[in-house]
Amino acid sequence: MDKVGIISYGAHIPRFRIKTEEIAKAWGKDPITISKGLGINEKSVPSPDQDVATISVEAARAALKRININPQEIGAIYVGSESHPYAVKPTGTIVGEAIRATPLLMVADYEFACKAATAGIQTCMSLVKADMIKYGMAIGSDTSQAAPGDALEYAASAGGAAFIIGNQNIIASINDTCSYTTDTPDFWRREGKKYPAHGGRFTGTPAYFKHITNNAKNLMEKLDTKPQDYKYAIFHQPNGKFPVRVAKMLGFSIEQIQQGLLCPNIGNTYSGATMLGLASVLDVAKPGDRIFLTSYGSGAGSDAFDITVTQNIKKLKKNNAPLVSELIENKKYVDYSTYAKYRDLLYYD
Amino acid sequence: MRDVAVIGIGITKFGELWDKSFRNLIAEAGAKAIIDSGISGKELNAIYVGSMSAGRFIGQENIGTLVSDASGFSHLHIPTVRVESADASGGLAFRQGYLSVASGMNDIVVVGGVEKMTDVIGIEATDTLATGLDQEWEAFFGSTLAAEYAMIATKHMHDYNTTREQLAQVAVKNHANGALNPNAQYRRAMPIESILRSPMEAYPLSMMDSAPVSDGAAAVILCPADKAKKYTKKPVKIIGSGQASDTLALHGRKKICTFESTVKAAEMAYRQSGKKPSDINVAEVHDCYTISEILAIEDLGFIKKGEGGSAIDKKITTLDGKLPVNTSGGLKSKGHPLGATGIAQVVEIVTQLRGDADQRQVKNAKIGLTQNVGGVGASCVVHIMEGM
Repeated sequence: MDKVGIISYGAHIPRFRIKTEEIAKAWGKDPITISKGLGINEKSVPSPDQDVATISVEAARAALKRININPQEIGAIYVGSESHPYAVKPTGTIVGEAIRATPLLMVADYEFACKAATAGIQTCMSLVKADMIKYGMAIGSDTSQAAPGDALEYAASAGGAAFIIGNQNIIASINDTCSYTTDTPDFWRREGKKYPAHGGRFTGTPAYFKHITNNAKNLMEKLDTKPQDYKYAIFHQPNGKFPVRVAKMLGFSIEQIQQGLLCPNIGNTYSGATMLGLASVLDVAKPGDRIFLTSYGSGAGSDAFDITVTQNIKKLKKNNAPLVSELIENKKYVDYSTYAKYRDLLYYD
Repeated sequence: MRDVAVIGIGITKFGELWDKSFRNLIAEAGAKAIIDSGISGKELNAIYVGSMSAGRFIGQENIGTLVSDASGFSHLHIPTVRVESADASGGLAFRQGYLSVASGMNDIVVVGGVEKMTDVIGIEATDTLATGLDQEWEAFFGSTLAAEYAMIATKHMHDYNTTREQLAQVAVKNHANGALNPNAQYRRAMPIESILRSPMEAYPLSMMDSAPVSDGAAAVILCPADKAKKYTKKPVKIIGSGQASDTLALHGRKKICTFESTVKAAEMAYRQSGKKPSDINVAEVHDCYTISEILAIEDLGFIKKGEGGSAIDKKITTLDGKLPVNTSGGLKSKGHPLGATGIAQVVEIVTQLRGDADQRQVKNAKIGLTQNVGGVGASCVVHIMEGM
């Protein structure tokens, strides 16, 4: 396999937060039961001025600030999200224009619930390997929706990360990737609907756990690796509990997943979730560290990646853009009524 | 009227069975019952099946034909009957099958019960359960099964000093039993704290006071009692069958802490069998909520009215008590796939009377009773059975 990998990355998380307790209080639920049950303390909330386009642009610019490349050499941008601002009109065009990568640019918006962005990484990898582009940018970004009062409301949050894929000056080489896809209706949002619907516990065993464990096992079998071979592991994190359980099921330790487990403090950023987890790991990773990443998208599918950090990570100007931990710490709490206003929960037809 | 015996039983696992469809479930239960009975398919004269709301849960009607077809009997062209009386559909199907054999019209019938509830989201399941209430006077105004059982529980607490803890102890007991039942949806004992701490549904009933949403099916084979030994060494005779109804809406009743439908159906079954409540060794009752089991043991005459709560404290109804109730785990722990429930109750009693209940076997169980309720006491079916 020709070398291909990440040459830079950037992240963005809106600074507003709402505590699980505050949401529970609004609905007359027991905050401790819910917070413990979901493993979520608080989640990020986008302001009225933020959407998937602005978050994607912030993340893309952060990635570009850390390296010295000509944005005109970016040949493709794929934005994965389930909250693209337009139903018809790609977010990728806005991002491309904002980072000056237009007009000789392939763009498409991706949607595959929470794994659209890792599908974008796979596309960029293929184009780079085929020598069709020099650099490709895969972005995962969401301002995810949850119906007021739904269990999803405690998790659905906002954030995103951008990865520039190429074959020169790679900071983390993507050694291999594979996917696992079935028609499994565990979570969906129909055309024109404001909020998604889900199958309750059906989103667990036959959906999240089945797809992640099968895909992860397939990749490790293909590469003849075992969980102990990896310094870090990142699993999709719809709540704080599932990734811990799936890690245990596969034989990964809490220490391996800790750095990439952001959900307890920012919620589920959907398409941004595993991408932000990877960004958080790259913030601290050292040359030679091996990373195992497995995303999950309802509907359903999973993309798994085997990644090795290279010496080049030392040259990356990480401090030119905020680290994920800094984005998480830069926060301001809102109450439920402010949250309701920001998230447009008070609308009527 | 001829005597009728149960000669075969079959049941699926109950639970959130995402990889099994309505037709898979009933075909599995039916096949198990047929194998257990030793009959051959071509001996079947008719199929009865209880299903509360396949139309709403899976968008399918014409259930009788579906069940015959899915079970591989379409070539027999036998009569198939779907029976509905809310969550008493299974018990009522059993009674219809019984009557058809007792009358001499049929010799061998299979009676099944089935529900596939988890293909719809929770709120749709709740709405469908509420179709067992009076839609025009109750459900339309937002009433639910939980709300009405909660009113009954509150009244019972007020009138008889029944406590919240006594209600919870019903769930504790049934979970302890369900832990011993390989087919139960929730095979784990639950401490009372877990019941009391679970989210409130309608005061005083919390989530753990209520039966879950379940998929599952059960089936039994009936034949004239005088032919039963030809098929099985351990037939179980149906010695009493009762059915009664009441007002559909709760507000139409003089009393809400007594289900007259249960009282009357039990009277009918006791009269026919010549048995009295104290003759019963083991009972499966309709504990869709914990309060329902307390009402049931009172209305069936096991316990004096108003003393159901303290009977739980005295452990009269535990597995090693004087009258073990819901040894299967009941609807609470075993699961409550509406149409399947009445048949599953019969399966448990037959298992007990055969002496095949392993760890949850009631010693010297000779006579057993089932009580299956539709809606909030709007209909009730009671059967009394005896080992042959």
